[in-house]
Amino acid sequence: MEIVLAFVIGGLFAASVYMLLRRSLVKLLIGLALLSHSANLLIFTSVKLTRGSPPVIGMNATALREPFADPLPQALILTAIVISFGVMAFALALAFRAYRSVGTDDLDRMKSTDD
Amino acid sequence: MTSLILRTTARYLMPLLLIFSVFLFLRGHNQPGGGFAAGLVAAAPFALYSIAFGAVKARHVLQVRPRYLIVTGLLASVVSGAIGMSVGKPFLTGIWGYLYLPGSGKLEIGTPILFDLGVYLVVIGVSLSIIFALEEAE
Amino acid sequence: MNPLLILPILIPLVTAILALLFREARNVQRALSLLGALGLFGASAGLMFDVRRNGIQAAQVGNWPAPYGITLVADLFGAIMVLLAGIIAMAVVTYSLVSVDAKREEFGYHSLIHFLLMGVCGSFLTGDLFNLYVWFEVMLMGSFVLMALGGERGQMEGAIKYVTLNLLSSAMFLSALGLLYAMAGTLNMADLADKFSDISASQPYGVVTTLAMLFMVAFGIKAAVFPLFFWLPASYHTPPAAISALFAGLLTKVGVYALIRVFTLIFVQDAGFTHNLILIIAGLTMVSGVLGAVAQKEFRRVLSFHIVSQIGYMIMGLGLFTPLALAGSVFYIAHHIIVKTNLFLISGAVEKLGRTPVLKKLGGLYQAQPMLAILFLVPAMSLAGLPPLSGFFAKLSLARAGLETGQYIIVSIMLGVSLLTLFSMLKLWNEAFWKPLPASAIGSGGAAGMGNLHTWLISVAFLAAITVLIGIGAGSFFSIALLAGEQLMNPQDYIQAVLGGAR
Repeated sequence: MEIVLAFVIGGLFAASVYMLLRRSLVKLLIGLALLSHSANLLIFTSVKLTRGSPPVIGMNATALREPFADPLPQALILTAIVISFGVMAFALALAFRAYRSVGTDDLDRMKSTDD
Repeated sequence: MTSLILRTTARYLMPLLLIFSVFLFLRGHNQPGGGFAAGLVAAAPFALYSIAFGAVKARHVLQVRPRYLIVTGLLASVVSGAIGMSVGKPFLTGIWGYLYLPGSGKLEIGTPILFDLGVYLVVIGVSLSIIFALEEAE
Repeated sequence: MNPLLILPILIPLVTAILALLFREARNVQRALSLLGALGLFGASAGLMFDVRRNGIQAAQVGNWPAPYGITLVADLFGAIMVLLAGIIAMAVVTYSLVSVDAKREEFGYHSLIHFLLMGVCGSFLTGDLFNLYVWFEVMLMGSFVLMALGGERGQMEGAIKYVTLNLLSSAMFLSALGLLYAMAGTLNMADLADKFSDISASQPYGVVTTLAMLFMVAFGIKAAVFPLFFWLPASYHTPPAAISALFAGLLTKVGVYALIRVFTLIFVQDAGFTHNLILIIAGLTMVSGVLGAVAQKEFRRVLSFHIVSQIGYMIMGLGLFTPLALAGSVFYIAHHIIVKTNLFLISGAVEKLGRTPVLKKLGGLYQAQPMLAILFLVPAMSLAGLPPLSGFFAKLSLARAGLETGQYIIVSIMLGVSLLTLFSMLKLWNEAFWKPLPASAIGSGGAAGMGNLHTWLISVAFLAAITVLIGIGAGSFFSIALLAGEQLMNPQDYIQAVLGGAR
């Protein structure tokens, strides 16, 4: 299963880089969204997928029952998702405003301050 | 957008989604759910309302400004952290107490719920202020 | 728990909340912001004294024991950085009171500044890599909005480049975190250092070095090192001067801080490869930054490229990897944060007076505003490294460390770049201050129609005084930096302070 997911992650990263390199502002945003998803999926996969009991010590037990799933990566991903939600919301608003003030979504024409 | 279907759904979905968000919020205490998910669910009907009727009316329905929700939420989170500090424990330490309700036994209540409430309010406030601002810029 | 560890995070947070609440009441907001900056400065100075006297301080937020909970640590290096953030906060907020327009303030300018400061202080104080990521994001969110605030066309263009490249770096950081966790099973920096100190025996360097490279790229983008710096000169000149001064002073330095922290604490197994690579990058960063600056025609763009060039010096100390070199880096960072913020604040006054950032159209400012001109010379000459200002001693210590380790090439590059920096600063001096106002600009207002600048100059004079002070008292300041460098080279104390009995 990890092998399959590894290919999925690779594909997602490739797609996001491809999108980031397009000239259109909207495609840039799609690329950024894909990028954060692929990073999250990478964390999820890299810690091995375990089909086991939750990492909670039961009422009458003293130790965890093997095999148990590591909860930390999921907590990390959850935090990362929340952050990327905020960042993407801002990026969308920014792109919209930029489109309004520049009047184009062509990134090659957004360099009036570059000369 | 002035579709009749959208306007009707927006109106009828609002109470349902708001109740669902409270359910999610309380469920988050021990099970999947919690402040963030519940906050998003609570923001959804207002977002829908602003698409159907415009941001001005949606703001009116919300009654409080999104900014005050953010402020209250952040303050609630800071206070929940400071309670732990005020009894000599590190910042954000969970302090638990029991509330004895007549007829239904004791209820465990602690500072994490206050923190979660803060998250709930901040999420509603932030998402709605972005959505309203974009809606008004159209 | 030592409250001084949490205060540099809490004070900006509470200030930001209250400033957001009183957004419409402009005067209340401004008073709160100033009060918050003063509070931050006080708390950071307290933390500095505490760490100086009692050694490394650590605390576990939420009372969960060390490798599992959220750790806050302040060693000397971290405390110095927090103190610098406090100083910059005071200077920038004071300057904002006179320079930022009412529209931006009503949009929550002061609130955003303090959110940004919270992220910066959090990054300096956290003892956990994932928390570092979270603080980075807090800081970035604040900076994104500040960058775009006002909505001018140039700002939008700058903000898109800035946002994209920073998100790219965040995604890389996050991926590196995932892989690191899969390998080590922990993200607590002290725990990682402890685990990695004997990993070399059981595992080949390969994987660790690959991870180290991922972190280097992720932090390298934030720190704007060669060849990852292009977002910086494309965006830093677009927002108002107070904002770009804050960015110039603190944001890239958080990247440098993260590089130094990670490459002294965790990734030290393969120093022959990683630290030599850092040294090469340092040299290239210095050269490319200063050459970029030579070609620029606008006041703040010249300064932006100089940030890049100066980052090279800070990384150089890390590349040399001796206590003296790291002390040089710490000293250099302290010197640079103050000087560079000051130069950007001055650039704001210059652009306000001349009504243009283009050097060709500026001029005659020495005649019109001699005070500003002299205050410009202090940080400018310090940046170029002229004695007896702070930059001279910073460069001296780095050069000595380079010579001691026999790295003659980097030392000669460094001295050459210093000369070019001096040339570039003199160009700014000549163009903006010394040469007469060009005839074409006289009609358009120019240097003649300027009001009273005294309120603008308070922060500038404050920072210039600190620059001179660091120069005069270089010996005692350097002894602190040396202690910080020794702490960085011997991570045992850091690990002990965080993990304590848990090991």
